[in-house]
Amino acid sequence: MAKEKLVVIGNGMAGCRAVQEVLKRDPGRYEIAIFGAEPRVNYDRIMLSPVLAGEKSFADIVINDEAWYRDNGITLHAGLAVHEIDVARRLIRVASGQAWSYDRLILATGSDPIRLPLPGSDLAGVVTFRDLDDVEAMTAASAIPDSRAVVIGGGLLGIEAAYGLARRGMKATVVHLMDVLMERQLDASAGFLLTEAMLARGVETVLEAQSEEIVGEGGRVKGLKLKDGRVLPCDLLVMSVGIRPNTTLAKAAGLEVGRGVVVDDQMQTSDPNVFAVGECVEHRGQCYGLVAPIWEMCRTLGETLTAGSGAYEGSVLSTRLKVSGVDVFSAGKFGGGEGCEDIVFRDAGRGVYKRIVLEGGKVAGAVLFGDAADGGWYFDLMKSGEDVRGFRETLVFGQAATEGLRGLDPSAAVAAMADTAEVCGCNGVCKGEITGAIAAQGLTTLEGVRAVTKASASCGTCTPLVEKLLKLSIGDAFQEQKGPKPVCGCTHRGHDEVRGRLVTEELKSIPAVMQALEWTTPDGCASCRPALNYYLVCAWPGDYRDDKQSRFVNERVHANIQKDGTYSVVPRMWGGVTSSDELRAIADVVDKFDIPTVKVTGGQRIDLLGVKKDDLPAVWADLNAAGLVSGHAYAKGLRTVKTCVGTDWCRFGTQDSTGLGVRLEKFMWGSWSPAKVKLAVSGCPRNCAEATCKDIGVICVDSGYEIHVGGAAGLHIRGTELLTKVASEDEAVWAICAVMQMYREDGWYLERIYKWMDRVGLDAIRAAVEDPDTRKGLYDRFSYSQRFYRIDPWAERVAGRDSHEFNPLSRRMEFEPA
Amino acid sequence: MNAFVKDPIQWTDVGAVTDIPIRGSRRVPTADGDIAIFRTGDGRVFALKDRCPHKGGPLSQGIVHGHAVTCPLHNWNVELATGEAMGADRGKGCTPVVPLRVEGGRLFLGRV
Repeated sequence: MAKEKLVVIGNGMAGCRAVQEVLKRDPGRYEIAIFGAEPRVNYDRIMLSPVLAGEKSFADIVINDEAWYRDNGITLHAGLAVHEIDVARRLIRVASGQAWSYDRLILATGSDPIRLPLPGSDLAGVVTFRDLDDVEAMTAASAIPDSRAVVIGGGLLGIEAAYGLARRGMKATVVHLMDVLMERQLDASAGFLLTEAMLARGVETVLEAQSEEIVGEGGRVKGLKLKDGRVLPCDLLVMSVGIRPNTTLAKAAGLEVGRGVVVDDQMQTSDPNVFAVGECVEHRGQCYGLVAPIWEMCRTLGETLTAGSGAYEGSVLSTRLKVSGVDVFSAGKFGGGEGCEDIVFRDAGRGVYKRIVLEGGKVAGAVLFGDAADGGWYFDLMKSGEDVRGFRETLVFGQAATEGLRGLDPSAAVAAMADTAEVCGCNGVCKGEITGAIAAQGLTTLEGVRAVTKASASCGTCTPLVEKLLKLSIGDAFQEQKGPKPVCGCTHRGHDEVRGRLVTEELKSIPAVMQALEWTTPDGCASCRPALNYYLVCAWPGDYRDDKQSRFVNERVHANIQKDGTYSVVPRMWGGVTSSDELRAIADVVDKFDIPTVKVTGGQRIDLLGVKKDDLPAVWADLNAAGLVSGHAYAKGLRTVKTCVGTDWCRFGTQDSTGLGVRLEKFMWGSWSPAKVKLAVSGCPRNCAEATCKDIGVICVDSGYEIHVGGAAGLHIRGTELLTKVASEDEAVWAICAVMQMYREDGWYLERIYKWMDRVGLDAIRAAVEDPDTRKGLYDRFSYSQRFYRIDPWAERVAGRDSHEFNPLSRRMEFEPA
Repeated sequence: MNAFVKDPIQWTDVGAVTDIPIRGSRRVPTADGDIAIFRTGDGRVFALKDRCPHKGGPLSQGIVHGHAVTCPLHNWNVELATGEAMGADRGKGCTPVVPLRVEGGRLFLGRV
């Protein structure tokens, strides 16, 4: 018998979740096809804010990758918008006229962001915040230096958008119609704290502001004019004023539509074969824009479509804000009202505000700011309607305090949860899947559970619950993370402690460190060994013997491994300057060794790609003969110093930028560091060497040299901060080497300079570099270390060192099948 | 009397155990691709096809720790004794194990 055909319109979170809920209950029942207008796989739309803020990548928020569709036999029509539904003939049609028949149809068309009909709303640079295209447009706008953004709408999404843009370096302002930010979720006190917290993160707030007109120039947005006459200048304007259910298809098909597509408690529309879930739905007069109710709707629909008996009876809502370091939770009647009592707790020092609203002895709502760890607990109390009068004295101090004082086992509630109860809302993981994975795979850490089940791997809200499940399942074997993040799974100690102790206890080998610091594995892992090796290299120059087996392959063989197992070779070109002799030698090497690709890098070097490992020493020998040495393009260490031509050639140059770049590179090359370090020197503020997105950058000016630090232009885009200004070239070299050494001594392995700077603070770095004694100490230690590391590793290997790295063990089986 | 049974595996002497660095690996090219021989911190040796079950990365170039190796391309951990992917990737793939014998400090790779 042919399977029934289930067609889903909408490849978003609701559509895919509904399919998952059906598959979970009866995997073989339907032949499933999903139509999505966006040309992508299904991703977690609520996590777009962290993507905008640069805290997550698109890959991190993909819920179902292509394999999921394939493995479940689902046909995905991505980028194909459905044009028409014919409910009488049970057909859907796309623009081309092609039609598909269905037995059951799910509408999951979501919602559209509301665009205010302001004059100028069609100008370039006016966007909404809804999908990945919006995020990409906003990211592109933020890349322009000194650009400004205005966000209309101080709701959850508007605030997350403004925070993300500020993180990307824009000056961001939120314009809000009401007198409290997020007034639908926060009371005035929490709203005030939020305004302050946003200001500390570079986001200004303009309250009680009515927008009148978007002002433009040459077709592009230039500012927002308010009713009171003020104009807020901006290069990007984000409208974040709410959503409207997308009901166009349903309406045209003659289905009953109110604000959204009307459904009953079984998620059925006015046509018995058509169902709807998600933000496009209106249920009992209510439309929803949050994820939790959508999951509940999908669960019910899963029941309905597999002959189960679920009913959706509406949702109680709770909210969390996804802004790093601002912990906000809100649910229910947070603002109180008649017949309600408040319990309020404040801790000014920690910036904590909690308000629990009681009604008839039960929790009716809560708003938490600064410490929202107990949000889930209050929410559960609220939904269950438990009488809390017996423990109201401790209620505001949270679950642990309350249950501890009542003599309850804090894990009892978790133990009592049903196996089918959902723990992770983002990824739809229930308790049974987590405890099952812990038992089957012997998991002992949060990271392990995340890797196997995806639970708590997205927004992290359910982390405490997952930790409790680990504790409950395996007791003391659970390695709870307390204090600083451990170096890796082989130890519970953090980077700072390890670095500190190997110096004070004079530990000078990896086994010595592992013994003294009680490593839990015999010889570490691929994460901690390279870290320890670096820490020892840095602490004991000239004394420590580098452990090659603890180096990543690139640093062991002094070339970059490529996806096919061949290597790339990048010779050093001091300051990016080369000559006809060097170029000729490179050309000869390319011909002689049949090197397939020659490419110019972003750091002003030439990259030879596709070199066979066995050929590496011979390639280096030829390059050495022409005076070329390793460019360390593979190193967690000094990479390149990029320069412009400065006073040598440029009519705008103020100093000899090329000369300074060459001098820096000749002094600093070969030095190892926690992560790669790229430098640049620009001869004038026009900044042709792009020094302000480097780890350390110099901008030459008439009166001297500006030293900048903490830029990045890779996974994250960061402009540098101005560290200090010096008058002479010598002082510039001293300052730069001092920063480098401070980072070398203090940075955690794999932590780039900008992350290190975020951790220790620009002021601390500046204080060290501007104090003559501290600077000299740092510079001297760097110079001393360089005596041992300023050596060409290629020449050493040409001379025969580590030849086993490059030669096979034996060639006796070369022509025989294995 | 009839004790002579031909060993069904053909063994080839490919070098000394000490030719392989401790916590390291060397490769042996064959017509079917490279074989990687690993030597662990506790002195054991293992042989696998030099091909990660994930995307074919050369395991001989990875960091050896415990009785496992981390592939240099995408950090999959592979168990040396079985060739199985470990941790979160367990069950997703397996690298073939190659017969290996040590005799008098010499390494012998086997072909069936």
